[in-house]
Amino acid sequence: MKEADPSTNEREFLLQALKDGARIDGRKFYDFRTLRLEFGSEYGAVEVQLGNTRVLAKVSCEVIRPYTDKPTEGFLTFNTELSPMASAAFEVGRQTDEEVLVSRLIEKAMKRSRALDTEGLCIVAGEKVWSIRVDIHFLDHDGNLVDAACIAAITALLHFRRPDVTVVGEDVTIHTLEQRNPVPLSVHHIPICVTFAFFDNGERMIVDPTFLEEQVKEGDMTMTLNVHKEVCALSKAGGIPMDLDQILQCTRVAIVKVTEITAQIQAALDTDAKKRQVSRK
Amino acid sequence: MTSITTDQDMEQTPGPNIVLPGDLLPPTASGLLEDGPTAPVIKLGPGLHPMDDDTITAVKAGVLKHSEIGNRWWVESNQRRYVAAAGESVIGVVVGKTVEHYKVDIGTAQPALLGVLAFEGATKRNKPNLNIGALLYCRISLANKDMEPELECMNPTTGKADGYGELKAGFVSKISLGLARRLLDPKSLVLRLLGQHISFEMATGMNGRVWIHSTSTKHTILICNAIKNSEYLDTQECATMVKNLVQKM
Repeated sequence: MKEADPSTNEREFLLQALKDGARIDGRKFYDFRTLRLEFGSEYGAVEVQLGNTRVLAKVSCEVIRPYTDKPTEGFLTFNTELSPMASAAFEVGRQTDEEVLVSRLIEKAMKRSRALDTEGLCIVAGEKVWSIRVDIHFLDHDGNLVDAACIAAITALLHFRRPDVTVVGEDVTIHTLEQRNPVPLSVHHIPICVTFAFFDNGERMIVDPTFLEEQVKEGDMTMTLNVHKEVCALSKAGGIPMDLDQILQCTRVAIVKVTEITAQIQAALDTDAKKRQVSRK
Repeated sequence: MTSITTDQDMEQTPGPNIVLPGDLLPPTASGLLEDGPTAPVIKLGPGLHPMDDDTITAVKAGVLKHSEIGNRWWVESNQRRYVAAAGESVIGVVVGKTVEHYKVDIGTAQPALLGVLAFEGATKRNKPNLNIGALLYCRISLANKDMEPELECMNPTTGKADGYGELKAGFVSKISLGLARRLLDPKSLVLRLLGQHISFEMATGMNGRVWIHSTSTKHTILICNAIKNSEYLDTQECATMVKNLVQKM
Protein backbone atom coordinates (compact mmCIF):
# COMPACT_ATOMS: atom_id res chain seq x y z
CA MET A 1 0.00 0.00 0.00
CA LYS A 2 1.31 3.42 -0.92
CA GLU A 3 1.06 6.17 1.65
CA ALA A 4 -1.78 8.47 0.55
CA ASP A 5 -0.76 11.78 -0.97
CA PRO A 6 -1.48 14.83 1.16
CA SER A 7 -4.65 16.79 0.42
CA THR A 8 -4.60 19.85 -1.81
CA ASN A 9 -5.25 21.99 1.27
CA GLU A 10 -2.14 20.72 3.04
CA ARG A 11 0.00 21.08 -0.08
CA GLU A 12 -1.11 24.65 -0.74
CA PHE A 13 -0.86 25.66 2.89
CA LEU A 14 2.68 24.34 3.15
CA LEU A 15 3.77 26.22 0.02
CA GLN A 16 2.06 29.41 1.17
CA ALA A 17 3.70 29.12 4.58
CA LEU A 18 7.12 28.72 2.94
CA LYS A 19 6.42 31.86 0.89
CA ASP A 20 5.68 33.65 4.16
CA GLY A 21 8.96 32.35 5.55
CA ALA A 22 7.55 29.76 7.95
CA ARG A 23 7.56 25.98 8.28
CA ILE A 24 4.73 23.83 9.56
CA ASP A 25 6.49 22.80 12.76
CA GLY A 26 7.62 26.35 13.57
CA ARG A 27 11.25 25.75 12.57
CA LYS A 28 13.39 28.14 10.54
CA PHE A 29 14.41 27.02 7.02
CA TYR A 30 17.89 25.90 8.05
CA ASP A 31 17.01 24.29 11.38
CA PHE A 32 17.32 20.61 12.23
CA ARG A 33 14.70 19.02 14.43
CA THR A 34 15.71 18.15 17.99
CA LEU A 35 18.27 15.35 17.89
CA ARG A 36 18.31 12.83 20.73
CA LEU A 37 20.86 10.04 21.13
CA GLU A 38 20.36 7.13 23.48
CA PHE A 39 22.78 4.29 24.06
CA GLY A 40 21.85 0.73 24.88
CA SER A 41 23.45 -1.27 27.66
CA GLU A 42 25.73 -3.05 25.18
CA TYR A 43 28.45 -1.41 23.15
CA GLY A 44 27.37 -0.30 19.69
CA ALA A 45 23.62 0.04 20.24
CA VAL A 46 22.27 3.51 19.55
CA GLU A 47 18.78 4.89 19.14
CA VAL A 48 18.52 8.18 17.32
CA GLN A 49 15.48 10.41 17.44
CA LEU A 50 15.23 13.25 14.97
CA GLY A 51 11.91 14.91 15.73
CA ASN A 52 9.49 12.05 15.28
CA THR A 53 11.82 9.99 13.09
CA ARG A 54 13.40 7.14 15.03
CA VAL A 55 16.26 4.92 13.97
CA LEU A 56 18.01 2.14 15.86
CA ALA A 57 21.52 1.03 14.92
CA LYS A 58 23.32 -2.03 16.29
CA VAL A 59 26.87 -3.02 15.51
CA SER A 60 28.12 -6.59 15.72
CA CYS A 61 31.32 -8.32 14.66
CA GLU A 62 32.65 -11.74 13.72
CA VAL A 63 35.92 -13.22 12.51
CA ILE A 64 35.98 -14.40 8.90
CA ARG A 65 38.43 -15.23 6.13
CA PRO A 66 39.29 -12.23 3.86
CA TYR A 67 39.14 -12.20 0.06
CA THR A 68 42.32 -13.55 -1.49
CA ASP A 69 42.94 -10.38 -3.51
CA LYS A 70 42.64 -8.18 -0.41
CA PRO A 71 44.20 -10.31 2.35
CA THR A 72 44.47 -7.50 4.91
CA GLU A 73 41.10 -5.83 4.44
CA GLY A 74 38.36 -6.26 7.00
CA PHE A 75 34.68 -6.06 6.14
CA LEU A 76 32.13 -3.38 6.86
CA THR A 77 28.54 -4.14 5.89
CA PHE A 78 25.34 -2.21 6.36
CA ASN A 79 21.95 -3.79 6.64
CA THR A 80 18.90 -1.54 6.49
CA GLU A 81 15.43 -2.65 7.38
CA LEU A 82 12.37 -0.55 6.58
CA SER A 83 9.64 -2.42 8.37
CA PRO A 84 5.91 -1.64 8.49
CA MET A 85 6.58 -0.41 12.04
CA ALA A 86 7.99 2.80 10.56
CA SER A 87 5.18 3.43 8.11
CA ALA A 88 2.28 1.44 6.68
CA ALA A 89 3.74 2.12 3.24
CA PHE A 90 6.59 -0.32 3.86
CA GLU A 91 6.11 -4.03 3.35
CA VAL A 92 8.09 -6.92 4.71
CA GLY A 93 10.35 -8.59 2.20
CA ARG A 94 9.79 -6.13 -0.61
CA GLN A 95 12.22 -3.31 -1.14
CA THR A 96 10.71 -0.03 -2.20
CA ASP A 97 12.70 2.42 -4.30
CA GLU A 98 13.06 4.56 -1.23
CA GLU A 99 14.64 1.75 0.75
CA VAL A 100 17.18 1.02 -1.98
CA LEU A 101 18.03 4.71 -2.17
CA VAL A 102 18.44 5.06 1.59
CA SER A 103 20.69 2.03 1.97
CA ARG A 104 22.81 3.03 -1.04
CA LEU A 105 23.24 6.52 0.37
CA ILE A 106 24.34 5.28 3.76
CA GLU A 107 26.81 2.90 2.20
CA LYS A 108 28.15 5.66 0.01
CA ALA A 109 28.51 8.04 2.93
CA MET A 110 30.19 5.54 5.26
CA LYS A 111 32.12 3.07 3.18
CA ARG A 112 33.36 5.09 0.28
CA SER A 113 34.40 8.01 2.45
CA ARG A 114 36.65 5.49 4.23
CA ALA A 115 35.35 6.59 7.61
CA LEU A 116 36.33 3.25 9.12
CA ASP A 117 39.86 1.90 8.88
CA THR A 118 39.21 -1.53 7.33
CA GLU A 119 42.93 -2.40 7.28
CA GLY A 120 42.91 -2.11 11.05
CA LEU A 121 40.43 -4.97 11.21
CA CYS A 122 43.02 -7.48 10.05
CA ILE A 123 44.07 -10.15 12.57
CA VAL A 124 46.20 -12.52 10.47
CA ALA A 125 46.78 -11.47 6.86
CA GLY A 126 44.99 -13.74 4.41
CA GLU A 127 43.61 -15.86 7.25
CA LYS A 128 41.46 -13.93 9.70
CA VAL A 129 39.86 -10.48 9.64
CA TRP A 130 37.05 -8.82 11.54
CA SER A 131 33.77 -8.34 9.75
CA ILE A 132 31.79 -5.44 11.18
CA ARG A 133 28.09 -5.39 10.52
CA VAL A 134 25.79 -2.44 11.18
CA ASP A 135 22.08 -3.22 11.39
CA ILE A 136 19.89 -0.18 10.94
CA HIS A 137 16.25 -0.47 11.90
CA PHE A 138 13.77 2.29 11.14
CA LEU A 139 11.24 2.52 13.95
CA ASP A 140 9.24 5.59 13.00
CA HIS A 141 9.13 7.51 9.75
CA ASP A 142 8.59 11.24 9.80
CA GLY A 143 10.86 12.20 6.95
CA ASN A 144 14.61 12.47 6.47
CA LEU A 145 15.46 8.83 7.14
CA VAL A 146 18.89 9.25 5.55
CA ASP A 147 20.24 11.83 7.98
CA ALA A 148 18.90 10.01 11.02
CA ALA A 149 20.27 6.67 9.79
CA CYS A 150 23.65 8.17 9.02
CA ILE A 151 23.93 9.73 12.49
CA ALA A 152 22.84 6.43 14.04
CA ALA A 153 25.33 4.37 12.03
CA ILE A 154 28.39 6.50 12.70
CA THR A 155 27.54 6.96 16.38
CA ALA A 156 27.09 3.21 16.76
CA LEU A 157 30.48 2.59 15.13
CA LEU A 158 32.11 5.13 17.43
CA HIS A 159 30.44 3.57 20.46
CA PHE A 160 31.24 -0.02 19.52
CA ARG A 161 34.06 -2.01 21.14
CA ARG A 162 35.35 -5.21 19.63
CA PRO A 163 36.95 -8.00 21.70
CA ASP A 164 40.70 -7.77 22.08
CA VAL A 165 42.88 -10.35 20.30
CA THR A 166 46.43 -11.55 20.80
CA VAL A 167 48.37 -13.30 18.07
CA VAL A 168 51.30 -15.55 18.97
CA GLY A 169 52.74 -17.05 15.82
CA GLU A 170 49.80 -18.85 14.25
CA ASP A 171 47.70 -18.96 17.40
CA VAL A 172 44.94 -16.41 17.72
CA THR A 173 43.26 -15.82 21.07
CA ILE A 174 40.08 -13.80 21.24
CA HIS A 175 39.59 -12.45 24.74
CA THR A 176 36.10 -12.16 26.12
CA LEU A 177 34.83 -8.84 27.42
CA GLU A 178 35.45 -10.02 30.99
CA GLN A 179 39.07 -11.02 30.38
CA ARG A 180 40.24 -7.82 28.76
CA ASN A 181 38.87 -4.40 28.01
CA PRO A 182 37.43 -4.43 24.50
CA VAL A 183 38.99 -2.06 21.98
CA PRO A 184 37.29 0.69 19.96
CA LEU A 185 37.32 0.69 16.17
CA SER A 186 39.58 3.20 14.51
CA VAL A 187 37.32 5.75 12.89
CA HIS A 188 39.14 8.25 10.69
CA HIS A 189 36.46 10.93 10.53
CA ILE A 190 32.76 11.42 11.17
CA PRO A 191 30.74 11.82 7.97
CA ILE A 192 27.34 13.44 8.56
CA CYS A 193 24.55 13.65 5.99
CA VAL A 194 22.53 16.82 5.58
CA THR A 195 19.46 16.62 3.38
CA PHE A 196 17.97 19.64 1.62
CA ALA A 197 14.54 19.88 0.03
CA PHE A 198 13.69 22.42 -2.65
CA PHE A 199 10.43 24.19 -3.41
CA ASP A 200 9.22 26.84 -5.86
CA ASN A 201 11.63 25.91 -8.67
CA GLY A 202 14.52 25.83 -6.25
CA GLU A 203 13.78 29.33 -4.93
CA ARG A 204 13.24 28.03 -1.43
CA MET A 205 15.44 25.50 0.26
CA ILE A 206 15.00 23.83 3.62
CA VAL A 207 17.07 21.50 5.79
CA ASP A 208 15.83 18.26 7.37
CA PRO A 209 12.42 17.90 5.66
CA THR A 210 9.55 16.21 7.52
CA PHE A 211 7.41 13.54 5.90
CA LEU A 212 4.87 16.07 4.62
CA GLU A 213 7.59 18.32 3.26
CA GLU A 214 9.13 15.31 1.50
CA GLN A 215 5.80 14.55 -0.14
CA VAL A 216 5.38 18.09 -1.44
CA LYS A 217 9.03 18.89 -2.38
CA GLU A 218 10.16 19.43 -5.96
CA GLY A 219 13.64 18.09 -5.50
CA ASP A 220 16.18 17.15 -2.89
CA MET A 221 19.88 16.77 -2.36
CA THR A 222 21.89 14.98 0.30
CA MET A 223 25.35 16.21 1.16
CA THR A 224 27.78 14.26 3.30
CA LEU A 225 30.54 16.21 4.98
CA ASN A 226 32.82 16.00 7.98
CA VAL A 227 34.07 18.66 10.38
CA HIS A 228 37.25 19.10 8.35
CA LYS A 229 35.07 20.67 5.63
CA GLU A 230 35.60 17.71 3.30
CA VAL A 231 32.70 16.72 1.08
CA CYS A 232 32.48 12.92 1.31
CA ALA A 233 29.47 12.38 -0.92
CA LEU A 234 26.84 14.34 -2.74
CA SER A 235 23.72 12.75 -4.01
CA LYS A 236 20.99 14.28 -6.08
CA ALA A 237 18.63 11.74 -7.61
CA GLY A 238 16.31 13.58 -9.98
CA GLY A 239 14.23 16.60 -9.10
CA ILE A 240 14.67 20.10 -10.39
CA PRO A 241 17.97 21.40 -11.89
CA MET A 242 20.09 23.65 -9.70
CA ASP A 243 22.61 26.47 -10.05
CA LEU A 244 26.21 26.21 -8.91
CA ASP A 245 25.61 29.08 -6.48
CA GLN A 246 22.84 27.18 -4.79
CA ILE A 247 25.00 24.11 -4.28
CA LEU A 248 27.74 26.26 -2.77
CA GLN A 249 25.14 27.88 -0.52
CA CYS A 250 24.06 24.36 0.54
CA THR A 251 27.61 23.42 1.49
CA ARG A 252 27.90 26.56 3.60
CA VAL A 253 24.72 25.68 5.47
CA ALA A 254 25.68 22.01 5.72
CA ILE A 255 29.07 22.68 7.29
CA VAL A 256 27.43 24.59 10.15
CA LYS A 257 24.97 21.74 10.73
CA VAL A 258 27.72 19.11 10.56
CA THR A 259 29.77 20.95 13.19
CA GLU A 260 26.78 21.14 15.51
CA ILE A 261 25.80 17.49 15.08
CA THR A 262 29.36 16.21 15.47
CA ALA A 263 29.71 18.17 18.70
CA GLN A 264 26.47 16.68 19.96
CA ILE A 265 27.56 13.13 19.08
CA GLN A 266 30.91 13.62 20.85
CA ALA A 267 29.20 15.07 23.92
CA ALA A 268 26.76 12.15 24.06
CA LEU A 269 29.60 9.63 23.70
CA ASP A 270 31.59 11.33 26.47
CA THR A 271 28.63 11.34 28.86
CA ASP A 272 28.00 7.66 28.15
CA ALA A 273 31.67 6.77 28.67
CA LYS A 274 31.64 8.53 32.04
CA LYS A 275 28.46 6.74 33.05
CA ARG A 276 30.01 3.39 32.20
CA GLN A 277 33.13 4.17 34.19
CA VAL A 278 31.08 5.05 37.25
CA SER A 279 28.98 1.91 37.02
CA ARG A 280 32.09 -0.26 36.69
CA LYS A 281 33.45 1.12 39.98
CA MET B 1 -1.91 0.23 41.38
CA THR B 2 -2.55 -3.27 40.15
CA SER B 3 -3.04 -3.74 36.48
CA ILE B 4 -5.37 -6.70 36.80
CA THR B 5 -8.85 -5.78 37.82
CA THR B 6 -10.52 -8.01 40.34
CA ASP B 7 -13.86 -7.68 42.03
CA GLN B 8 -12.26 -6.27 45.16
CA ASP B 9 -10.27 -3.64 43.31
CA MET B 10 -13.41 -2.51 41.63
CA GLU B 11 -15.16 -1.81 44.90
CA GLN B 12 -12.30 -0.60 47.04
CA THR B 13 -9.93 1.48 44.95
CA PRO B 14 -11.22 4.79 43.78
CA GLY B 15 -9.22 6.40 40.96
CA PRO B 16 -8.84 5.07 37.45
CA ASN B 17 -9.59 1.45 36.75
CA ILE B 18 -6.89 0.21 34.40
CA VAL B 19 -7.68 -2.83 32.26
CA LEU B 20 -5.45 -4.84 29.96
CA PRO B 21 -6.54 -6.99 27.03
CA GLY B 22 -7.91 -10.26 28.45
CA ASP B 23 -9.12 -8.77 31.73
CA LEU B 24 -12.67 -9.75 32.60
CA LEU B 25 -15.25 -7.11 33.34
CA PRO B 26 -16.31 -7.71 36.96
CA PRO B 27 -19.75 -9.35 36.78
CA THR B 28 -20.95 -8.06 40.17
CA ALA B 29 -20.36 -4.45 39.31
CA SER B 30 -22.05 -4.57 35.96
CA GLY B 31 -24.87 -6.83 37.08
CA LEU B 32 -24.09 -8.84 34.02
CA LEU B 33 -24.55 -12.36 35.29
CA GLU B 34 -27.94 -11.76 36.86
CA ASP B 35 -30.23 -13.93 34.84
CA GLY B 36 -33.89 -13.47 34.27
CA PRO B 37 -36.13 -10.61 33.31
CA THR B 38 -34.82 -8.26 36.03
CA ALA B 39 -31.26 -8.30 34.71
CA PRO B 40 -30.27 -4.80 33.66
CA VAL B 41 -29.44 -4.15 30.04
CA ILE B 42 -25.86 -3.07 29.56
CA LYS B 43 -24.31 -1.35 26.56
CA LEU B 44 -20.75 -2.06 25.53
CA GLY B 45 -18.59 0.61 23.95
CA PRO B 46 -15.15 0.43 22.33
CA GLY B 47 -12.57 -1.87 23.88
CA LEU B 48 -14.97 -4.42 25.35
CA HIS B 49 -16.03 -7.67 23.75
CA PRO B 50 -18.71 -10.18 24.81
CA MET B 51 -17.30 -13.72 24.89
CA ASP B 52 -19.08 -16.98 24.14
CA ASP B 53 -19.30 -17.93 27.83
CA ASP B 54 -21.32 -14.79 28.68
CA THR B 55 -18.39 -12.90 30.17
CA ILE B 56 -17.11 -9.60 28.95
CA THR B 57 -13.43 -9.14 28.19
CA ALA B 58 -11.37 -6.05 27.58
CA VAL B 59 -9.69 -6.11 24.17
CA LYS B 60 -7.76 -2.86 24.60
CA ALA B 61 -5.50 -1.46 27.28
CA GLY B 62 -6.87 1.64 28.92
CA VAL B 63 -9.11 3.07 31.61
CA LEU B 64 -12.42 1.32 32.21
CA LYS B 65 -15.25 3.84 32.19
CA HIS B 66 -18.88 3.53 33.17
CA SER B 67 -21.91 5.76 32.74
CA GLU B 68 -25.09 5.27 34.75
CA ILE B 69 -27.19 6.61 31.92
CA GLY B 70 -28.02 3.53 29.88
CA ASN B 71 -25.56 1.45 31.97
CA ARG B 72 -22.80 1.92 29.42
CA TRP B 73 -19.29 0.49 29.76
CA TRP B 74 -16.28 1.27 27.63
CA VAL B 75 -12.48 1.41 27.68
CA GLU B 76 -10.79 4.73 27.10
CA SER B 77 -7.47 4.18 25.38
CA ASN B 78 -5.15 5.97 23.04
CA GLN B 79 -3.84 4.84 19.69
CA ARG B 80 -2.81 6.28 16.35
CA ARG B 81 -4.42 3.92 13.86
CA TYR B 82 -8.07 4.65 13.25
CA VAL B 83 -10.67 1.89 13.14
CA ALA B 84 -13.96 3.11 11.68
CA ALA B 85 -17.08 3.16 13.86
CA ALA B 86 -20.53 4.14 12.62
CA GLY B 87 -21.78 7.61 13.54
CA GLU B 88 -18.35 9.21 14.06
CA SER B 89 -17.30 12.39 12.29
CA VAL B 90 -14.04 12.10 10.39
CA ILE B 91 -11.81 14.12 8.09
CA GLY B 92 -10.73 12.43 4.87
CA VAL B 93 -8.95 13.05 1.58
CA VAL B 94 -10.43 12.06 -1.78
CA VAL B 95 -8.02 9.56 -3.34
CA GLY B 96 -10.14 8.14 -6.16
CA LYS B 97 -13.33 8.56 -8.13
CA THR B 98 -15.73 6.12 -9.75
CA VAL B 99 -19.17 6.68 -11.29
CA GLU B 100 -20.99 5.93 -8.06
CA HIS B 101 -18.45 6.54 -5.32
CA TYR B 102 -15.59 8.67 -4.18
CA LYS B 103 -12.78 6.78 -2.49
CA VAL B 104 -11.77 8.64 0.64
CA ASP B 105 -8.71 8.04 2.80
CA ILE B 106 -9.70 8.41 6.45
CA GLY B 107 -6.68 6.68 7.92
CA THR B 108 -8.24 3.20 8.10
CA ALA B 109 -6.70 0.09 6.56
CA GLN B 110 -9.00 0.39 3.54
CA PRO B 111 -10.15 3.63 1.88
CA ALA B 112 -13.78 4.48 2.71
CA LEU B 113 -16.55 4.88 0.13
CA LEU B 114 -18.60 8.06 -0.19
CA GLY B 115 -21.62 7.92 -2.51
CA VAL B 116 -21.68 10.74 -5.04
CA LEU B 117 -25.28 11.48 -3.98
CA ALA B 118 -24.62 11.44 -0.22
CA PHE B 119 -24.65 15.25 -0.02
CA GLU B 120 -27.36 17.70 0.97
CA GLY B 121 -29.84 18.14 -1.87
CA ALA B 122 -27.76 16.14 -4.34
CA THR B 123 -29.59 14.73 -7.35
CA LYS B 124 -28.40 12.84 -10.39
CA ARG B 125 -28.31 16.09 -12.36
CA ASN B 126 -27.00 18.34 -9.63
CA LYS B 127 -24.28 17.00 -7.41
CA PRO B 128 -21.01 18.37 -6.07
CA ASN B 129 -17.91 17.60 -8.07
CA LEU B 130 -14.88 16.83 -5.91
CA ASN B 131 -11.36 16.55 -7.24
CA ILE B 132 -8.72 14.11 -6.09
CA GLY B 133 -6.95 15.64 -3.11
CA ALA B 134 -10.04 17.44 -1.82
CA LEU B 135 -10.51 17.52 1.94
CA LEU B 136 -13.84 16.41 3.40
CA TYR B 137 -15.55 16.51 6.76
CA CYS B 138 -17.98 13.61 6.80
CA ARG B 139 -19.83 11.10 8.93
CA ILE B 140 -19.35 7.34 8.92
CA SER B 141 -22.70 5.81 7.99
CA LEU B 142 -21.66 2.18 7.91
CA ALA B 143 -18.69 0.41 9.45
CA ASN B 144 -18.69 -3.35 9.25
CA LYS B 145 -15.78 -5.61 9.91
CA ASP B 146 -13.99 -6.80 6.75
CA MET B 147 -15.80 -4.21 4.62
CA GLU B 148 -14.86 -0.78 3.39
CA PRO B 149 -16.45 1.84 5.65
CA GLU B 150 -19.13 4.01 4.05
CA LEU B 151 -19.41 7.76 4.48
CA GLU B 152 -21.98 10.50 3.96
CA CYS B 153 -21.80 14.27 3.97
CA MET B 154 -25.19 14.98 5.55
CA ASN B 155 -27.29 14.28 8.60
CA PRO B 156 -29.33 11.16 7.76
CA THR B 157 -32.39 12.21 9.77
CA THR B 158 -32.78 15.72 8.39
CA GLY B 159 -30.98 15.42 5.08
CA LYS B 160 -29.20 18.70 5.85
CA ALA B 161 -25.46 19.25 5.50
CA ASP B 162 -25.00 20.12 9.22
CA GLY B 163 -21.49 21.38 8.63
CA TYR B 164 -20.35 18.31 6.71
CA GLY B 165 -18.86 18.74 3.26
CA GLU B 166 -15.72 19.93 1.54
CA LEU B 167 -13.22 21.89 3.64
CA LYS B 168 -11.65 24.76 1.73
CA ALA B 169 -8.16 26.12 2.46
CA GLY B 170 -6.75 25.68 5.98
CA PHE B 171 -4.41 22.94 7.15
CA VAL B 172 -4.76 19.47 8.60
CA SER B 173 -2.79 18.37 11.62
CA LYS B 174 -2.45 14.68 12.50
CA ILE B 175 -2.82 13.87 16.18
CA SER B 176 -3.48 10.79 18.31
CA LEU B 177 -7.06 9.49 18.56
CA GLY B 178 -7.15 10.17 22.30
CA LEU B 179 -6.25 13.81 21.82
CA ALA B 180 -8.84 14.16 19.03
CA ARG B 181 -11.51 12.84 21.38
CA ARG B 182 -10.46 15.30 24.09
CA LEU B 183 -10.58 18.22 21.65
CA LEU B 184 -14.25 17.45 21.00
CA ASP B 185 -14.98 18.29 24.63
CA PRO B 186 -16.51 21.79 24.59
CA LYS B 187 -14.52 22.57 27.74
CA SER B 188 -11.19 21.64 26.09
CA LEU B 189 -8.56 23.78 27.80
CA VAL B 190 -6.11 24.35 24.98
CA LEU B 191 -8.84 25.49 22.60
CA ARG B 192 -10.29 27.90 25.14
CA LEU B 193 -6.85 29.38 25.80
CA LEU B 194 -6.11 29.74 22.09
CA GLY B 195 -9.54 31.26 21.50
CA GLN B 196 -8.70 34.09 23.89
CA HIS B 197 -5.91 35.25 21.59
CA ILE B 198 -6.74 34.16 18.05
CA SER B 199 -9.98 33.62 16.16
CA PHE B 200 -10.05 30.46 14.08
CA GLU B 201 -12.27 27.79 12.58
CA MET B 202 -11.68 24.14 13.20
CA ALA B 203 -13.11 20.69 12.52
CA THR B 204 -12.06 17.69 14.55
CA GLY B 205 -12.23 14.21 13.07
CA MET B 206 -12.39 11.20 15.36
CA ASN B 207 -9.76 9.66 13.07
CA GLY B 208 -7.06 11.87 14.59
CA ARG B 209 -7.13 14.74 12.14
CA VAL B 210 -7.91 18.36 12.93
CA TRP B 211 -8.56 20.96 10.30
CA ILE B 212 -7.59 24.49 11.27
CA HIS B 213 -8.35 27.64 9.34
CA SER B 214 -7.46 31.15 10.38
CA THR B 215 -6.71 34.46 8.71
CA SER B 216 -2.94 33.98 8.48
CA THR B 217 -0.62 31.03 7.98
CA LYS B 218 1.39 31.99 11.06
CA HIS B 219 -1.70 31.74 13.26
CA THR B 220 -2.68 28.38 11.78
CA ILE B 221 0.82 26.98 12.37
CA LEU B 222 0.77 28.24 15.94
CA ILE B 223 -2.62 26.64 16.64
CA CYS B 224 -1.55 23.30 15.13
CA ASN B 225 1.61 23.21 17.23
CA ALA B 226 -0.18 24.29 20.41
CA ILE B 227 -2.72 21.48 19.98
CA LYS B 228 -0.01 18.90 19.31
CA ASN B 229 2.05 20.08 22.28
CA SER B 230 -0.93 20.07 24.64
CA GLU B 231 -1.35 16.28 24.63
CA TYR B 232 0.64 15.48 27.77
CA LEU B 233 0.47 18.82 29.61
CA ASP B 234 -1.54 19.66 32.71
CA THR B 235 -3.61 22.84 33.16
CA GLN B 236 -0.74 25.00 34.37
CA GLU B 237 1.80 23.83 31.79
CA CYS B 238 -0.75 24.19 29.02
CA ALA B 239 -1.45 27.81 29.96
CA THR B 240 2.28 28.62 30.03
CA MET B 241 2.84 26.88 26.67
CA VAL B 242 0.07 28.85 24.94
CA LYS B 243 1.25 32.10 26.54
CA ASN B 244 4.82 31.51 25.33
CA LEU B 245 3.71 30.69 21.80
CA VAL B 246 1.47 33.74 21.55
CA GLN B 247 4.20 36.00 22.91
CA LYS B 248 6.73 34.71 20.40
CA MET B 249 4.41 35.54 17.51
